[in-house]
Amino acid sequence: MNTMGNTFYRIRHWSRLAVAHAICLTVASACVFPLMWMVSSSLKTQRTIFSDPGLWVSNPQWSNYYLAWTRGNFGQYFFNSLLYTVLVVGGVIIIASMAAYAFSRLKFPGRNLLFILVISTMMIPIPGSFIALYVLLNKMGLIDTRLGYILPQINGGLALGIFLLKTFFDKLPQDLEDAARIDGCNKFQVYMHVAMPLAKPAIAVLAVFNALAVWNEYLLATLVFSRPELMPLQKGLMVFQGAHITEYPLLMAGITISIIPILTLYFIMQRYIVAGITAGAIKT
Amino acid sequence: MTWPRFRDLLTTYLFVAPAVILFVVFSLFPFIKVFQLSVFEWDGISPDMKFVWLENFKTALFHDKSWWTSIRNAGVITVLALTFQNFLALVLALIVDREIKGKNFYRVVFYLPPVLSGIVVGLVWNWIFDGSHGLLNHFLVFLGHPEWQRAWLADPATALYSVSIIHMWKGFGWGFVILLAGLQAIPRELGEAARVDGASELYIFSRITVPLMLPVFFLVSILTVLGTMQIFDIIIATTNGGPGFHTEVPITRILAAMLGSSRFGYACSLGILFGLLLLSISMVQMKLSKWSSRYS
Repeated sequence: MNTMGNTFYRIRHWSRLAVAHAICLTVASACVFPLMWMVSSSLKTQRTIFSDPGLWVSNPQWSNYYLAWTRGNFGQYFFNSLLYTVLVVGGVIIIASMAAYAFSRLKFPGRNLLFILVISTMMIPIPGSFIALYVLLNKMGLIDTRLGYILPQINGGLALGIFLLKTFFDKLPQDLEDAARIDGCNKFQVYMHVAMPLAKPAIAVLAVFNALAVWNEYLLATLVFSRPELMPLQKGLMVFQGAHITEYPLLMAGITISIIPILTLYFIMQRYIVAGITAGAIKT
Repeated sequence: MTWPRFRDLLTTYLFVAPAVILFVVFSLFPFIKVFQLSVFEWDGISPDMKFVWLENFKTALFHDKSWWTSIRNAGVITVLALTFQNFLALVLALIVDREIKGKNFYRVVFYLPPVLSGIVVGLVWNWIFDGSHGLLNHFLVFLGHPEWQRAWLADPATALYSVSIIHMWKGFGWGFVILLAGLQAIPRELGEAARVDGASELYIFSRITVPLMLPVFFLVSILTVLGTMQIFDIIIATTNGGPGFHTEVPITRILAAMLGSSRFGYACSLGILFGLLLLSISMVQMKLSKWSSRYS
């Protein structure tokens, strides 16, 4: 009787587990399949892509990638995206961490007011402000310049960055910094050589999040750029699609090129991303 | 104030100066400027701006059918995302949270679509939904129903729903990650203690999991509404608002008013109206959230 009960429970347990994995694996393949099909499409010829919907490509056209990179201009777009991502992420880290350090550790009149002001953009949805931003960039002569694309995005990353890093600095013990001050370090040296090295995990979260946001940004690129040689990948993809509407193999190759860096970053840094989403969700 | 004290304060302000300057120039100034521009008729370039008082808002509210269509469309996508996308996210989170091994594997895979840009996701699905040689149509032929084939994104009957499916495919993994984090924060002992006392799974779910998860549910739904109403790059990469106005959404209308017909003042008034709508929706949801936590 006892063994029978055991078997019953074991069967029930295993069948439950099988159903659970079956559901999850189905959804997981629904996530991955479109991407596999994209890669497979990128390796077909202009003719086979329409006649043969199969995933397996018997005669892969690796030259599609070369053509996309050169003739499709994706090499240029790729370089631009890389440049914008590095500069924006670097700018956000430096500017946000300095401000966050001051808001957390230094005393000055207007501290709380400035802090609330600077992070207020996280709370208020203003879907129309890009119109005025465009007008402003136009007046400043920043339309069709790299700077006009970089500065607003650095600003865009500041609110979350300052909030995240201030929370982090607030939790750090003060002793180390006091010791450094007694040893004769000035404020800047303490920030640079004591606080910043300790903040590495929070900075990693910040860096990954901003890198994803900048790499995937499209709206501002539409407003700022009309010259293709300055455009980032997302904008470049749309330009390519507009000009070569039926050249699916090259388009798919271009898309694949555009997601390789971001997926690499994602797989390496995914634990920071999970930490970041959770932290970002708590903030709201 | 003594000189060293003054210098000390000055260096302190240097820490926050870059952030504050960027904020004032690129956030605060545009924010105020939108309100100013919204009461003018202006093409964005010419020096003459005609003051029209609230005329732009009147036009938007009473004479612009495409604006209301765009809000309705975004509303449809949002309702679908709130129900199907979040339901899927919750079911998956519940499954993965429980006994299952490979938590991290599923988390990484489900969060893959949210990592991609709306443009990339839109373009790939554009090809899947392609009218002549798309994967979906090939699949329907394979199933023996060639008569079901259609240009999914160009057909008025299916365009909006196709866009919604793309959006939900991209979005559910994000909800999954937050819901799973919420579930994992519930102390295991609570469920185990109840189980020892003979409580059924359903009882545990409705009396322990749901009440403790309510704040997370509300958070996910608020963010889903805000994110989905502002959907835009998936639309640009697939239908660009068409066919007709069937997949127009507020942001594409604002862009069309601005870049398409050079009515900057009008675009600003649309932006303000839309911002107010989002603000009031999230305020209602927050009220509901407070109210529900008091009664559970």
